[in-house]
Amino acid sequence: MKIIVCVKQVPDTSGKVAVNPDGTLNRASMQTIINPDDMNAVEAALKMKDETGCRVIVVTMGPPPAMGMLRELMAMGADDGVLVSAREFGGSDTYATSQILAAALKKIGIEKDDIVMCGRQAIDGDTAQVGPQIAEKLGLPQVTYVGEMKKTGGTITCKRILEDGYMTISVKTPCLLTCIKELNAPRYMTVRGIFECGQKPLETYTYETLKDDPLIDLATIGLKGSPTNIFKSFTPPAKGAGMMLEGDDKDTCNKLASMLIEKHII
Amino acid sequence: MVAFKLTQEQEMAKKMFQQFAENEIKPLVTEMDESETFDFGLLKKMHHYGLMGVPYPTEYGGSGGDVLTYTLCMEEVSKIDPSVGITISVHTSLCCSCIYEHGREEQKQKYLRPLIDGSQSGCFGLTEPNAGTDAGGVLTTAVKDGDEYVLNGQKVFITNSGFADTFVLFAMTDKSLGTKGMSAFIVDKGTPGLEISKNIPRMGIRASQNCEIAMMDVRIPADRLIGKEGMGYKIAMGALAGGRIGIGAQAVGIAQGAIDETVKYVKERKQFGKAIAKFQNTQFKLAELQTKVDAARLMVWRAAVAKDNGEAYAPMAAMCKLFASDVANEVTRTAVQLFGGYGYTREYPVEKLMRDAKITEIYEGTSEAMKMIVGGTMLR
Amino acid sequence: MATFNNTDLAAFKDVWVYCEQRQGKLMPTDFELISEGRKLADELGVKLCGLLLGDDVDGMAKELGGYGADKIYVCDSPLMKNYTTDAYAKVICDAVTNLKPEVLLFGATNIGRDLGPRCAARLHTGLCADCTHLDVDVANYVEFLRGASTLDVDNMKWDTEDRNLKMTRPAFGGHLMATIICPRFRPAMATVRPGVLKKNAFDKAKADACEIVKLSVSLSEADIHTTVEEVVKAAKKMVDLIGAEFIVSVGRGIAKDVEGGIKLAEALAEELGGVVGGSRVTIDSGWLSADHQVGQTGKTVRPKVYIALGISGAIQHKAGMQDSECIIVVNKNKDAPLFEIADYGIVGDLFKVAPLLTEAIRAAKAAK
Repeated sequence: MKIIVCVKQVPDTSGKVAVNPDGTLNRASMQTIINPDDMNAVEAALKMKDETGCRVIVVTMGPPPAMGMLRELMAMGADDGVLVSAREFGGSDTYATSQILAAALKKIGIEKDDIVMCGRQAIDGDTAQVGPQIAEKLGLPQVTYVGEMKKTGGTITCKRILEDGYMTISVKTPCLLTCIKELNAPRYMTVRGIFECGQKPLETYTYETLKDDPLIDLATIGLKGSPTNIFKSFTPPAKGAGMMLEGDDKDTCNKLASMLIEKHII
Repeated sequence: MVAFKLTQEQEMAKKMFQQFAENEIKPLVTEMDESETFDFGLLKKMHHYGLMGVPYPTEYGGSGGDVLTYTLCMEEVSKIDPSVGITISVHTSLCCSCIYEHGREEQKQKYLRPLIDGSQSGCFGLTEPNAGTDAGGVLTTAVKDGDEYVLNGQKVFITNSGFADTFVLFAMTDKSLGTKGMSAFIVDKGTPGLEISKNIPRMGIRASQNCEIAMMDVRIPADRLIGKEGMGYKIAMGALAGGRIGIGAQAVGIAQGAIDETVKYVKERKQFGKAIAKFQNTQFKLAELQTKVDAARLMVWRAAVAKDNGEAYAPMAAMCKLFASDVANEVTRTAVQLFGGYGYTREYPVEKLMRDAKITEIYEGTSEAMKMIVGGTMLR
Repeated sequence: MATFNNTDLAAFKDVWVYCEQRQGKLMPTDFELISEGRKLADELGVKLCGLLLGDDVDGMAKELGGYGADKIYVCDSPLMKNYTTDAYAKVICDAVTNLKPEVLLFGATNIGRDLGPRCAARLHTGLCADCTHLDVDVANYVEFLRGASTLDVDNMKWDTEDRNLKMTRPAFGGHLMATIICPRFRPAMATVRPGVLKKNAFDKAKADACEIVKLSVSLSEADIHTTVEEVVKAAKKMVDLIGAEFIVSVGRGIAKDVEGGIKLAEALAEELGGVVGGSRVTIDSGWLSADHQVGQTGKTVRPKVYIALGISGAIQHKAGMQDSECIIVVNKNKDAPLFEIADYGIVGDLFKVAPLLTEAIRAAKAAK
């Protein structure tokens, strides 16, 4: 049994976000972090490793510096890392990304007892699409928004969180689960893990490695193969000076409430 | 360290210490300081993640790191709470190092392993009511009786003694030989006759458990002697020499922590219609302080790398502690001043860092003792 | 090179809305999407169709017509009593492949965001997640940008013939906005953030005129690989300050009637689905427990909306809340420093303003 966790390195959008004059993100000025929901997926996998001794493989697609992130996950306890990186893969939207990651997962090999885990969504795009799309490309059943899970034999019982409650869903392995932060509290690296992670296997899959897979078709990967394109990107107007509302209390409150609704603030 | 850059492992470790300190230590700081207690849940986590065995080899259950990584741990932890820093330091560079450097293989297996693999904590007992900087004035005695030693005496200011499982204690086996008559022993918690007082009320680092120890006919097997009879003073001085690198790092952490808080505050605080960060006084003060902290950090790292490389590091360790502790006191005092009245309140962390900074000029050798070591080396 | 059967754009017509129902009840988002879909269908000059899946759900279909749908496709099967990704994705993909809509919209609910990507991957088409604005017509889009962006729209070139669905969404936590198109494949798919788009008024005549078409469903148990053990409705549990989207905090201003003041704050917080916080004085005085404290010694929060009632704004309070997305300050003293960082300020007595604001928000939400 093994668990493959798909992770993403993202700019930390929780602090100040710098935008270039042309409306694109100034990535150079921002710290990169491991996507928070992905950390919950890694923790879920490592917990299962603690219980069953299974192997945990972390996979990411990104530029070579993302290797540092894989090392960190190995210092937490993951056994193997795979970096999927190639010029041909650059500019992929969620569809193209899922094609490439699905091909990488096939290369690693998904067997009957295996589980693929992803974070619910990444904080740079907030799309929540790559997980389900990988599942589709691999023909695996999926459970998204997993807030609790329990494995009994080859069956995983998940609490799938909804806006107004939850569903309890059971699914057989192999399957793909996307994890939310309520699932667990991610662990830290251990100091020993840090000094030992350099010895763990870390592979790079390039275009050459994956190109024989039918999923890796230049018509369906990379910027050119992506079904969606960015038409425009822009910054919202700067927050103006505050507005002081005066006059009759009731009128003021009504005015404020309708402005809040109009601006989709509430 | 190569070309003033940390290695990938050291960078990762620094990040991990930062995350741990920010998420696990920070929420407990005020409560631990005010109640003068150490959170044992936290201690357990520190053990679990390997913060208590950083520079020791994995063959004994340690983390396999180096001394430089250990200084990163001390700095990052002490930025948030120096009390936690000293808890790690006494355990790691005083207690464990005595056993690691001078213990026999059975002692390492029996005592060092649990201390660094995450299960037990240790302390180091040298100082006595009448033997501080003059460590040769130790009055505790150890008398051989068959295949046992019998210890009698009193120790004071023993950090971690409130909860330690393993005590490294120093006693005179032959008073007539002076420092050459001192020996080092391993004593288990709970040994009959070993009495630990309550935490001594202090000005700073109030969460660390710093108590008095009384020994009344404490009988221990003779094989608890570390090294040979008469080696105690040398063992103690060796441990302290290494420990000072950690204290230097702790002082750097205190100073950097105070600067970080101040930088945040001066950007928020407005006086005379603008953020006080806009005033030249603020800018110049912060620039001066950061320059000194960087200098202190480089001295700490130099001593750490020298120790890692097996070079003579004792004078470098003494210098880095002397300088860094001085810087920590200046920085925290100035930080409180830049905060103004709010800095003096217990609502902001700088007053605590100022209280905590003072001890770095005193313990593991006072600043005056550091000057004796450095001067002594120069004029040898 | 792969070949695709959905690149002949002219073969695709009509705007479709996936109408989500849970346990036999339509979701409020359905009405928003139908209303928005009406606008898009009119811009494209095509029909607006709803797609309703479930077990015995055709009774709900007419209502959707009242918000603007021309036609509702109903897919009924006992195997779709509970939502499963496998069953729903199969039925949707089959219908799309047969009937070829050019636009397909989902609500960006936890179910829509499970289903949308699975369908898009199977249909080989683009999906834009969590959109907050949709356009077809270029002139309308330019007008939208004029208000919502810093772009100099008048000095940019626009292709007024462009008929692509322009799907706008926030990225990087809302610091950037992006408009996405899906120019080569059909249908163009989007999930749309609930609560953002305007809902049309219900029109009974339109509801009656709406055409209901039952589609045959090809589905067997072997298609479904997950088992729904139970579906539980539960009120959202109270979140703590960190992570709360709405926080109503009280300060020294409640001193004259502490209990009353806290009750008013609670009522306002409840209306917003948020939680109550407090400045240091409310904690030190024992009015609120310590876990409510916002500020230097308390928690640092970053909600969507922070409402400060009777808090003057000492620096240690500001330190804990200044990064909130929208700050509303209510204070009797017009010189209170917290007004400096307010997006909206009301000078007034919180005991009068808070209940009025609660009422006004309730009324405004109901009228939406």
